Amino acid sequence: MDINATLLGQSIAMAVFVWFTLKFVWPPINAAIEERQKKIADGLAATDRAEKDLHLAQDKAKEYLREAKEQASAIIEQARKRESKMIDEAVAKANAEREQILEQARAEVEADRSRLREELRKQVASLAVAGAERILQREIDDAAHSDILEKLVQEL
Amino acid sequence: MADSNISVQGYINHHLSDLTIGEGFWAVNVGSLGWSIILGTIFIISFAWVGRRATAGVPGKFQCFVEMIVEFVGKNVKETFHVKDKLIAPIALTIFMWIFLMNLMKLVPVDWFPVVAGFFGVMFYTPGLPEYAADYSFLEQIMAHKWSYMKIAPTTDVNITLGLALGVFILILGYSIYYKGLGGFAKELSFTPFNHWSLIPFNLVLELVTLLAKPISLGLRLFGNLYAGEVIFLLIALVGLAQLPLHFVWAVFHILVIVLQAFIFMMLTIVYLSMAAEKH
Repeated sequence: MDINATLLGQSIAMAVFVWFTLKFVWPPINAAIEERQKKIADGLAATDRAEKDLHLAQDKAKEYLREAKEQASAIIEQARKRESKMIDEAVAKANAEREQILEQARAEVEADRSRLREELRKQVASLAVAGAERILQREIDDAAHSDILEKLVQEL
Repeated sequence: MADSNISVQGYINHHLSDLTIGEGFWAVNVGSLGWSIILGTIFIISFAWVGRRATAGVPGKFQCFVEMIVEFVGKNVKETFHVKDKLIAPIALTIFMWIFLMNLMKLVPVDWFPVVAGFFGVMFYTPGLPEYAADYSFLEQIMAHKWSYMKIAPTTDVNITLGLALGVFILILGYSIYYKGLGGFAKELSFTPFNHWSLIPFNLVLELVTLLAKPISLGLRLFGNLYAGEVIFLLIALVGLAQLPLHFVWAVFHILVIVLQAFIFMMLTIVYLSMAAEKH
């Protein structure tokens, strides 16, 4: 195997191939690779951003939830207060009414009693008068006394 | 394919020679040169095809494969070659892929192609048959036909590897002159390693030897590795049936060698060109 013109032919072929690669092979492939790298980098950045946004949204949601809970408990608290207030008011009102009714009843009873006492006093007085009358009559006339006594018995 | 009529020496010679046209220096090894151009064309056309329809979106499988190679080469160039230059990466890619494909042809069993080429030669091109082979048997005629000498693994031809090295040498000169200027390049050759006017001749001899040693070592390293591997393949092919496991083992080993040698050639080219481009 001798050194011959193949060597030169190979060198020329190499020059042609290198030129072709420089012109038509390397630039488009490299451009595609670089573009994809950029796309991937952008995508990763977007993912990071989305994750951050998600965290923010979650925090915000938590905040809202907390606020809502606070408001709900405040409302419940208020309702409870109002309820107890209403009950208190009702109780107070009922008590007052009861007092009033009792007072009235007591007054009525007192009135009845004083009326009865008055009546009783009147009757006792008339009885005493009647008894005195009869005692007086017997001393005067037995016969007359007896029918008075009978009258009294009948009257009693 | 150790035919009883062909001696071992003849068999090996048959495989190590090439189909040649012309005489003396101006002869051309049609096999090596033709196959190297075919393989280089396969490389640029397939890669250019990918480049034409390259998409930055989801790539196809072949595009992925091509991009892997391109990125691999680009990474090595970026790590080694620090000057901004848009020619260096295509050079490295071309050298790597082309040498890889040329080396790859070695994995084709050594007798397949000669037999096929010789068969077509005997069938369709009778002038290619030597006169002494006229009364040979058909099989012997096949192996005697000129076409059966065609070599398909170009890197086992020293002309091919030195041709590549010559290309790299011209590039080294070009880069040196482009980046340092003719004067700067001459100054570097004259005043290193000893920076004194009286030692200029000594420096020149030393630097010129260094300069020439680069392409020669580059070409001979590739040739030596691949040629030695080819000879082993031929010897294995001579041992009869035992060649099957042996060939398998050697071929598997060569999968490593062919990639490695292509890589070494590419890396050294990048290193030499970066040395040529950087100012000291």
